Amino acid sequence: MNPSRTVEVLVGAFVMLGLAALVFLAMQVSGLTSLGADAAYRVHARFENVGGLKVRSPVSMAGVRIGRVTAIDIDPQTFQAVVELSISSRHANLPADTSAKILTSGLLGEQFVGLEAGGADAVLKDGSTIKLTQSALVLENLISQFLFSKASEGRPETPAPAPGPAGQP
Amino acid sequence: MIAALGRWALTVFARTGRASLMLLAILAGLPSVLPRPRLLVRQLYSVGVLSLPIIVVAGLFVGMVLALQGYTTLADFGAAGSLGTVVALSLVRELGPVVAALLYAGRAGSALTAEIALMKATEQLSGMEMMAVDPVRRVLAPRFLAGILAVPLLAAIFTAVGILGGYLVGVGLLGVDDGAWWAQMQAKVQPLRDVVNGVVLKSFVFGVVANWIAVFEGHDAQPTSEGIGRATTRSVVNTSLAVLGLDFVLTALLFGGVR
Repeated sequence: MNPSRTVEVLVGAFVMLGLAALVFLAMQVSGLTSLGADAAYRVHARFENVGGLKVRSPVSMAGVRIGRVTAIDIDPQTFQAVVELSISSRHANLPADTSAKILTSGLLGEQFVGLEAGGADAVLKDGSTIKLTQSALVLENLISQFLFSKASEGRPETPAPAPGPAGQP
Repeated sequence: MIAALGRWALTVFARTGRASLMLLAILAGLPSVLPRPRLLVRQLYSVGVLSLPIIVVAGLFVGMVLALQGYTTLADFGAAGSLGTVVALSLVRELGPVVAALLYAGRAGSALTAEIALMKATEQLSGMEMMAVDPVRRVLAPRFLAGILAVPLLAAIFTAVGILGGYLVGVGLLGVDDGAWWAQMQAKVQPLRDVVNGVVLKSFVFGVVANWIAVFEGHDAQPTSEGIGRATTRSVVNTSLAVLGLDFVLTALLFGGVR
């Protein structure tokens, strides 16, 4: 092989290697394959508060990821958060009374939407809405509820008006 | 004192001006490279292929050290499963493009500067001009283009090898779960935001800057043996400073407002 041919071959190998590294980064590292690879259908769920939920957060059922959050918006009438969930079409048999909760993975982990199947015969279709929802737990609200209930416990015979939302015996 | 300051400022302005004019001349000369791919391939070989060993070895060790250090901290929180995310994100967003560009400046940029400066000192460049061959098109443009192509490829190889090195240490040596390593990485690293912005865009900018400085310092060198040495040093130092400074600006622009 003459020298300039060797150079060409080596340069070709170098460029291929670089492109292969880019493909590796895109596919294996960032998981491009797992998004949009299979068909999906969309359902909506309304929450009082979505906490730290983000677009592309996982949607899981029984701990298995079956979809992703594709959009989060505010309903202009009710001021509730409307979350659009994209669920893989392999799981097209979710009952219509499936409930959605916003959960946290681990103590400090990211938030995700957890679905729990109901018992209805009808199934969720593209565009339908999940009726039963439970919002994210917001730490400040929990603490203030706890403090108010503690405060009302401490003064049982005070005739003062109800101190807080969770304070009534 | 004031006169010296003024002279220094004028020198800086003049150098910036010459560098910008040369960049324009090279950009104008780029189309003339395409009909002669042999020149480009020859340069890609010397800046790309010959830089591969140092890039691969450095990437491997950087990834391995990242995994080792990340593990000690993450294990305290019981979050060793996130090790893959830590290694991949730091490599893809910062270390891959930056360290690859720094290594490139040391390995290929310095050689580029010295080569061009020696061509100038031995009057090969003026010789070309005498023969009505434009040295910008014949010498500078192919080297510049090859460098710009090589840096993103080297950064991608560096990052990929680094992640594999982290995998060797994290999963092989420290016993992180194999599935958790890849799954958590894939959940957190986003193709457009991280891979394209980090590896592709950042290292493209670094490639332009590194090769611009290398070619300019070579072309602007004093045509003496001392001048060649000084130009080579300046090329490496200026490129390293420019890459690190630009990295801050690019990170602020690309990732600063993401969360």
